[in-house]
Amino acid sequence: MIELEGLVKAFQGRTAVNGLTLSVARGESFALLGPNGAGKTTTIRILTMLLRPTAGRVFIAGHEVGQADNAIKQLIGVVPQHMNLDTDLTAKENLWLHARLHHMDKQAAGARIAELLAFVELSDRADEMVGTFSGGMKRRLMIARALLHKPQVLFLDEPTVGLDPQVRRRLWDLIRRMNAEGLTLLLTTHYIEEAEQLCNRVAIVDKGKLLALESPRALCQRLGEFVVEWMDEGKTENRYFATREAAAAYAGSVQYNTAIRRTNLEDVFVEMTGRKVRE
Amino acid sequence: MVRFFEDVRTVMWREWLVLNRRLGRFIFSRMVTPILYMLAFGVGLGRAVQMNGGSYLDFVVPGIIALNSMNISFNSVGSPLNMAKLYHKTLEEYLIAPITTPAFLCGKILAGAVRGMISSLIIVALAFLFGANLALSPIFFALLILNCLVFAALGAVAALLMKSHEDMANFSTYVLVPMSFLCGTFFRADHLPQGVRLIVELLPLTPASHAIRAAAMQTAISEWWLIAQGAYLLLFFGMAHRLMEQIRRE
Repeated sequence: MIELEGLVKAFQGRTAVNGLTLSVARGESFALLGPNGAGKTTTIRILTMLLRPTAGRVFIAGHEVGQADNAIKQLIGVVPQHMNLDTDLTAKENLWLHARLHHMDKQAAGARIAELLAFVELSDRADEMVGTFSGGMKRRLMIARALLHKPQVLFLDEPTVGLDPQVRRRLWDLIRRMNAEGLTLLLTTHYIEEAEQLCNRVAIVDKGKLLALESPRALCQRLGEFVVEWMDEGKTENRYFATREAAAAYAGSVQYNTAIRRTNLEDVFVEMTGRKVRE
Repeated sequence: MVRFFEDVRTVMWREWLVLNRRLGRFIFSRMVTPILYMLAFGVGLGRAVQMNGGSYLDFVVPGIIALNSMNISFNSVGSPLNMAKLYHKTLEEYLIAPITTPAFLCGKILAGAVRGMISSLIIVALAFLFGANLALSPIFFALLILNCLVFAALGAVAALLMKSHEDMANFSTYVLVPMSFLCGTFFRADHLPQGVRLIVELLPLTPASHAIRAAAMQTAISEWWLIAQGAYLLLFFGMAHRLMEQIRRE
């Protein structure tokens, strides 16, 4: 559904995306995981035609970006990282503007707007100005807006950044439901749990380069599914094991207090880069 | 082609929703500056001044209409579009939609011109209350619409060009304010020193002032004024188009 071939984006001597090649299958939920400045947002802005690549090619549903942009625009929905709702309009007017810009049939648009406002639980706030909405409500409305013209692919750039944990989990449920209905999802995140919870496959990126691309579980299995962790003179030490039993046996031999837990994507990222995702 | 007009209408529809919600405030706020201009230059100064043997109020009102339509049309497009590009990021909603640059710009410029026209009609009404004599002919309104379009297009150029809100304010200070006072609005441009006059005659508000005044006073309208305004409209639209395409190709 989405193909990136040797994607490069340079800004005045700084290379934000450096030869990214990957593909996302139809119906997949796919994450670009990496720290701030890894090139995730730049990649998503190229995929949504808000930036032009310096080199490389991008295909969405068989259409090449830069060659068939209007066809692609009807196929994609975009939820950007920043709030870009029109605060001079109500929630419903924001959706009507989007429907009109995407040339939707008036009757179909009216029904779809009502359906989506219910889907994101904002029906009772439909006629209120979006400037009065909380961060979570704005994000839900942005998702409704991105889904309005029935896209086949939804791009979500850091969909839960800045939201409190409760709202984040509510949005995760919404994203899971969209994927269950067959929508292809590509999201960027620097939240480990978000990538693990929502995505079939994860591409770990750093400094514009692809470091690894597999399912969250396969990535963790590369290291070992369990990790023994301890502190040695103020420094965190760890070792990975394929089974809990092997980890427990090793923990018994360590002279410090140890903890055994499941390996997560943060461990994978640290092992690959020597840094934490949030650094 | 049908889609083009649909898209223009969509962009204008959004602007109308916003204007309609603030129409009362918009009308009252637009009355303040022209009333002050008419009091200061028309009634206050005007009683002591005659222009070509006629009333100074009759001379100055077309100039005030020209400069006011310039300011309102420019600011109706310039500030909101600059904010949409830099701060609110709402311009992205149009960039990711299947809408062409000409349709987007036409919608914004026409909507800015509508605001300029509403504001101009308020001044015309006020001018009559102040006792001015104006001939309101179809050509008078056509010239006014043309001036609104020219400066709404210039607003789009400035909004897409400027990298901060401060730069936008500077653009107004260095471009619009000098034109407001020098381009045949409050006095004839031929009273200026020769060198300055040549520059002033080339500025886009000057042909508008001349033409709107000529229409209001029922004197001859030079076709060069119309050609100049038309050329400026095409130039500014072309520049705005180019800047918008540059944003798309970043």
